Parts: sequence; C-alpha cells; structure tokens
Amino acid sequence: MTAGSLKNQNPPGIWDAKMPQDVRVRRDPLVPVTRTSFLPERDADKTPILECIDLGITFGGLKAVDNFNVAIGRTEIAGLIGPNGAGKTTIFNLLTKVYQPTHGTILLDGKDIAAMSTAQINRAGIARTFQNIRLFHNQTVLDNVLIGLHNEMEYGMGSAILRLPGYWKAERIARERAMEYLSLFHLEGHAEELAGSLPYGAQRRLEIARALATNPSLLLLDEPAAGMNPSETAELMENIEKIRDTFHIAILLIEHDMSLVMNICEGIVVLNFGRIIAKGTPSDIRANPAVIEAYLGRKGAKTL
Amino acid sequence: MKFLAYLVSGISLGSIYAIIALGYTMVYGIAKMLNFAHGDVIMIGGYVSFLAAKNLGVPPLVSVLIAMAVCTVLGIVIEALAYRPLRSAPSLAVLITAIGVSYLLQNSALLIWGANPKAYTPVVSGTLQLFDGQLSISYISLLTVACCIVIMVALTLFTGRTKMGKAMRACSEDKGAAQLMGINVNRTISLTFAIGSALAAIAGALLCSFSPALMPTTGSMPGIKAFTAAVFGGIGSIPGAFLGGILLGVIEALARAYISTQLSNSIVFAVLIIVLLVRPAGLLGKYTQEKV
Amino acid sequence: MKKLSKGARSDLITYAAVILAFIVVSVLKSNGSLNRSQSGLLVPICCYIVMAVSLNLTVGILGDLSLGHAGFMSVGAFTGVITAMSLMNVIPSVWLRLTLAMIVGAFFAAVIGFLIGIPVLRLTGDYLAIVTLAFGEIIKELITCLLVGVDSEGLHIIFNVSGSKTANDLKLLEGGRVIIKGAQGATGTKTIASFTAGFILVMIALVIVQNLIRSRQGRAIMAVRDNRIAAESVGINVTRYKMMAFVTSAALAGAAGALFGLNYSNLAATKFDFNTSILVLVFVVLGGLGNIWGSIIATVVLYILPEALRGFANYRMLIYAIVLIVVMLATNNPVLKTYREELRAKFSRKDKKEAADT
Repeated sequence: MTAGSLKNQNPPGIWDAKMPQDVRVRRDPLVPVTRTSFLPERDADKTPILECIDLGITFGGLKAVDNFNVAIGRTEIAGLIGPNGAGKTTIFNLLTKVYQPTHGTILLDGKDIAAMSTAQINRAGIARTFQNIRLFHNQTVLDNVLIGLHNEMEYGMGSAILRLPGYWKAERIARERAMEYLSLFHLEGHAEELAGSLPYGAQRRLEIARALATNPSLLLLDEPAAGMNPSETAELMENIEKIRDTFHIAILLIEHDMSLVMNICEGIVVLNFGRIIAKGTPSDIRANPAVIEAYLGRKGAKTL
Repeated sequence: MKFLAYLVSGISLGSIYAIIALGYTMVYGIAKMLNFAHGDVIMIGGYVSFLAAKNLGVPPLVSVLIAMAVCTVLGIVIEALAYRPLRSAPSLAVLITAIGVSYLLQNSALLIWGANPKAYTPVVSGTLQLFDGQLSISYISLLTVACCIVIMVALTLFTGRTKMGKAMRACSEDKGAAQLMGINVNRTISLTFAIGSALAAIAGALLCSFSPALMPTTGSMPGIKAFTAAVFGGIGSIPGAFLGGILLGVIEALARAYISTQLSNSIVFAVLIIVLLVRPAGLLGKYTQEKV
Repeated sequence: MKKLSKGARSDLITYAAVILAFIVVSVLKSNGSLNRSQSGLLVPICCYIVMAVSLNLTVGILGDLSLGHAGFMSVGAFTGVITAMSLMNVIPSVWLRLTLAMIVGAFFAAVIGFLIGIPVLRLTGDYLAIVTLAFGEIIKELITCLLVGVDSEGLHIIFNVSGSKTANDLKLLEGGRVIIKGAQGATGTKTIASFTAGFILVMIALVIVQNLIRSRQGRAIMAVRDNRIAAESVGINVTRYKMMAFVTSAALAGAAGALFGLNYSNLAATKFDFNTSILVLVFVVLGGLGNIWGSIIATVVLYILPEALRGFANYRMLIYAIVLIVVMLATNNPVLKTYREELRAKFSRKDKKEAADT
C-alpha cells in the first residue's frame, strides 16, 4: 500500500451511486491561498478544506494551544501527533467549537466558522469521533447511525406524529443507507444490538460510521486505533484509506500508533506544549530532531 | 423602623432555613441525592421535643437534646435501610425512595399523633425591647440567629480541620478514590446523615417555637424552601447554604410585607430562578464543565 | 413493511391493550358492575395516564427531571374550565365544548411550557429539577390570585395580588357567573368530562408520544439524553429538541388538565401542587423510564391502590409509602437485577432460535 495514492480506479460501486458527487462540489475560493504549509499535489489548486490561522486557546493563563497554523487538502489524510498533554484533543475541541478559541481563525472550505455552534459546524462539514468513545449506549447500533443521518432526513414533527408518506419514505431510505454504512465497517450483523454491548473495537468503528453518516467533508478521528490489536489496527488503516477514496473527503487523525500514522498520513503535524514543533511528510517528521527530542527527551535524541 | 422589624424577622426565619439547608447541603454534597425526607425529620424532631417537654417535664434545652438524639438515630437508620442499598442505583430511584420515606414519616406521625395541630411551647419566650419599644425582637429570634451562626462556624471548622471532616470532603469528591485511600465510605455517609438529622431536630424546635402549630405536614414546606435555599447558595457549599437561607428568609419576609402575602413564595422562587440563570451553580457553587 | 420492528410491535400491543381495557370497562360500567366511587375513578385515571405518558417524554425520553408537571395540568385545567364555561351559551354541543376546552388547555400549557423552557432547559440535573418545582409552585400561587367571571359582555378577569378583592369586584351583569374564585378555585363548573373522552385523549397522547419516539425527532431527543456532546457533534440542535419534548409534554399535560378540570364541579389550584407532580413522577419511575406501556400500568395500579386500601383507613398511605420504598429497593437490588437480566437473556435467545428455525 502506498500512502497517498488515490485509488479511484476501483470504487466500491454503491457509494458512488448513493452519494452523488455534486454534494461535494465546492464553490470558488474566497480567501487567497497563501500559507507556509504544503498540500498534496492533487489538492494544491483547490481551497484547502480546513485552514487554521493563529488558532489558540488559553485556560486561566495557560496557553493550551498557541499559534496553530495548518491547512489540510480536500482529500488529504493528515496526522496530528505529539506527546500526552500536548493539546491534540484540545485542537479537535476547538475545531468543533466544544471550546471557544481565545484567538485565531478557522476556515472550513474558505468560510469562517467563528459564529457557528458545534451542531452547525457538523452541518457545515466537520464530523468527529471521541477519544473516550461517546456512543448512544442505550440505543441500537442501527439507531446510532440513524442519529448520524438526522440532518440527511427531511420531515417535520407533524409528519412524524401523523406518519405521513414522507415519514415512511425518509425512514426507509435512511435505514438502507445506515445499513450500508454499517456494512462498510462489518457491523451489519449487529444492527439490532445495543451499542453499549459491542466490543471495544467495534464501538470505535461504529463511532466512525456514525460520524460518516453526517456526510462530512472533513473527518476528525481521535485515537481511532486506541485499544485495538495489531490486526484490527491494520484493518482500520485500510478502512481509513477506503473512506477517503470512496467519499473523497479529508481526514485528520490523532494517533499514538506511529506505524499507522507513518503509513497512511500524507502530512503530519507534531505538537508539543500546545505549539507546532514540526510539519511535513512522514519522512520529514521521522528525520526531524525536534520531534525525536519531544518524544524521547534530549538525552534520547543524542543517542539516536 | 418597620422595615427593620421585617428585616429582623426575615433574618431569623432565614436562620431556620439556613440550619435546615446546612443539613440538606451536607447530605447532598456527599450522597448526591435530594433527601426529600429531610423536612419530615424536622417534623419528627418537633414532635419529640414537644412530647419530651410535655410528658417528661424536662426543660426545653433537654427536650431539644432528646430530639437531636432521636433524629440522629432516625437519620442513620433511614440511610442504612433505604438509601445505602441504592448507592449504585440511578439517582431517580433514590429520589423516589426518599419521597417514599417522606410519606412514611408523615403518615406514621399522622397515625401516632393525629392530624390536629399541637400547640408547641417556645423554647424561650419574651422579647427584647429596643428604641423605647419601637422595635421588639423576640428572644427566640436572637437564639435562632445565634444557633445558626454557631452551627455554620462549627461545620466549617469540622469539615475543614478534622480528620472526619476531611474524609467527608474526600467522599463527596470521589467515593471510589476515598475508599482506596482507606476511608470508610459507609461510615462517613452515616455520620453525615447523623449530623444533618441532628441539625434538623434543632431546626424543628426553633421552627415550632416560631409558628407553634405542630402537624405531620409541618416540615414539608420549610423542607422545600430550605432545599431552595441550598440550591440558591450553591448546593454542597456550607457558606452557600448559610447565605442562601438568610437571603431567602429576608426576601420572603420583605415580599410578604411589601408586595403580597399570597405571592410571597412565588417571589422567593422567582428570585431563585433568576439567580440560577445568572449563576447556574448558585451564588457560591462551583460550575464544572464536562470534560471532552 | 415486510416485518415489523420490535418497537413498532410493542406500540401496536399498547394500542390494542388500551382499546381492550376501554371496551371491558365500558361493558362493566353499562351493566352496572361498577359502583359509583369506582366509576368516578375512570376519568381521573385517564387524565393521570396522559400525565404520566407526557411526563415520561420529559423525564424518560428527554432525561430531564421535572418536578413541576402538575403546573401544566393546572394551566390546562383552569384555561379549559374558563373556555368550556364561557362558551356554554354559545356552543350547545358538549363534545365540541370539551374538545375546544382541551385544545385551549393544551395550547396555554404549551405556551407556558415554552416560556418556562427558555430558562429551564439551560440548566441540568438537580438544578433543572428545583427550577421546575419552583415554576410549579409559582403557577399554583398565581392561579390562587385569579378571579374570573363571564357575562353577556364577555370575560372579566381580576388578578388579585393584594388578596383584598372578592368575586363581587368582577362586577358581573345580571345572569353572569363566576368561574374562578381565587383560592377556592373553579366553582360551579358544569362537569362535562366523560370516560370516552378520557379514552380518546389517552389514545391521542399515545399516538403522539410513541410516533414521536420512533422518528428522527425522537431519536434526536434520546441522543441528547444519552450523550449531549455526541449529539451536538452529529449536528443535532440540542435546544430545539429539548424544547420540542418539553413543550409537547406540557401540551399533553394541559389537555389532561382540561379534562380533569371539567370532571369536578369544584376544583382548587392547590390540587395541582408539588405532591401531584411527585405522584405522577412516581408513576413514571415505577413504570420504567422511557417505557410508555409501563407508565400506563403503573398509573392504573398506583391510582387504584390507595382506593383499594380504603378498608385500611388511616393505614393506607402508610402502606403506599412502604410499597413505594420496597419496590424501589427490589427493582434496584443488584442480585435481583442480575437474575432478571439472565432471565431476559434466556428469553431473547429463545426468540432468536425460533426466528432462526422458521
């Protein structure tokens, strides 16, 4: 598997059929693209899907994240790595407005999302998973994905209560699509089970399926491989690439499993104490002394 | 001068709310439950001290001590039988059980002592005349305020300085961690209920000294008001309960005097709602956000 | 649909059981098997079923503890009574008046629910509970201050804050009647509520709540309950769906209140106090949170229980209290809980096996 190659040659048919490409056609760039970061070659001429400019947040005097500048290409798989407590999850929380940034700008597809709430940001195109899995535990696996499809269904409270034809049609289509998402993650056999009763790895996959169901253009994965065994991790890697290739979306992931990050990420950002200490391709990062120092300490960096 | 008189009666009424609220807040802080039976423990305390004074002929202070002893035991028994088995149950189940206990106490009192109001003899009588008799303050008011301040200070010292008090705070933060540190969680919770119920007995005697009609439902409304006071000040916080109680009493007394007798409770509750909107965790409460 | 889902099947069973119960009770009533006090319970039971089902929407489905549900019932009861009484000469049809009263009751309760919801739904947990309790008490006191009468000129309303005014201050013309007399509440109401109307209201409430639960709106409401942050992260507008559940619940309680109010010739606002809110909450919790069917059963059993215990006179409320505590302890006992779960697992396995065989 070569990292970064778009496998457009063999899309698994159903996705193209159900997900018309026009949904993802974006308008012309509003903001001139001038930045220091790089984008994969195929995305270079388009507006980056996400751009953070001088993003930062302060918790009672502590700069948890500071001067965070990053751009992510439309179909890029990017990695966000760093030691524990570096501020990686905080960045996800800033991007999804779980926290309000103290300063800086976030551009999603060229549009400023400063005024949006968490829910509006999701509708605008960012979906995420959580480090400590946040499923709707008491609901079935299928219902979890149906909740993800919430905004894809359109019928009002009146048709829901009176069970008008619009209700039945929307529900049928949503169920079919939900089953397709589940089958992508080999969960279709568990559709009627409670989400909370799934094994850990399956719960992580279900969370990704739920996030995908909201039809995002950028997917944020917070430690997707945590708690997975090597074979599950390998499968996850394939899945992440499959998601990108079939949905043509960008993925930003936080991960501690270096083999996963180095294998599938095209661009990597390394964070330490809330600041970016390195940006680049996997090979750049691997050779960067600052990164080695952050992970192993000064002494370790010398001996390497 | 009239205003001063209303203010004084508000502060003494507020002191009673504060004493009840202190019990409420301690129990809430540690057991994270709304103990709806707390108001009825007050009522039991009132009855016990009433009967002790009447049937045994003991002086008022002794009758209150007897009431405290009885209520302490009652509090521990209620906790052990009704609440302890539900330690890991959903909070709503505990709430309903507390309501059940409240009904149980009220109806037991109804069966034993009947529905007719009893005329409670105030713990102390007489009034203090100030400004050539323009302002009269009853001794019971003074006693109530004094009691309340003493109790507040004692509780603050107890939770802040003593080993048991520290154990109590540890349990209220994290029961599991407290247990791992060698704290006997069950005993600590029992102790909290014991203290709360003893305070309820004092509050019962003082409450009945103010409005001498003692009935099985005597404790309900003061219980709810004191609960409001605890939330008002920031539930789980001892100074908060004190502040909330006093403020509530003053607001109630002034509203009754100057706005409307009929709507005095509404005004109290309306102020509570406004405070909670501005400070979602009460006046002195800490607002904690869920970690993502 | 080729196969009904488990949820849809249990919905249908609920409807069928309620209809069956209605038929059985109607037959018993018509052949005189029910005595006066028993048939007097029928309308209140229907009202409380609607109350429990609607409160279950707030507490069980939305997951917010409300201790002031009786307040909405009160709003519905008094606006409903005013509607029915003031239209008495205009609309002769009892059914039409009753329907209008329930719609008006539901509407006003929904409006109040919306107004209360704005501050309340920003809070969580016990803080939300205390504020709903406070609102319930405020509504009760406000209605206690109300003087309402009707005559040929229309409605006369006095808000009696000082407590010094009486019904005479309404200055009603000849032939006018007083509808609400302050602390005494509604007096001289013409009772037009009927068991059939109660049954229809129960069915409507069931259709609304059950269909709502199994829709995208219902799933969104439950998502907010289960994990607010995750719900937001998948694009659900939390405030909107909280409000939807809260207002729907208030409206149903208002309709139930209107029916309840038109079942008694005299009704004071103090009837809808904190204890009534708690009574309904007990029905909901004992019936099972989120379990609509359970709410119905619990309401019927617990409403009849104190009546059935009338023979024990003073002991009945004591027994009721003990039953409440024992049931709570038993349903939350860890040993019994695991036993029950094992039993359920056994049954569901059997189900699956049968399904596989066919």
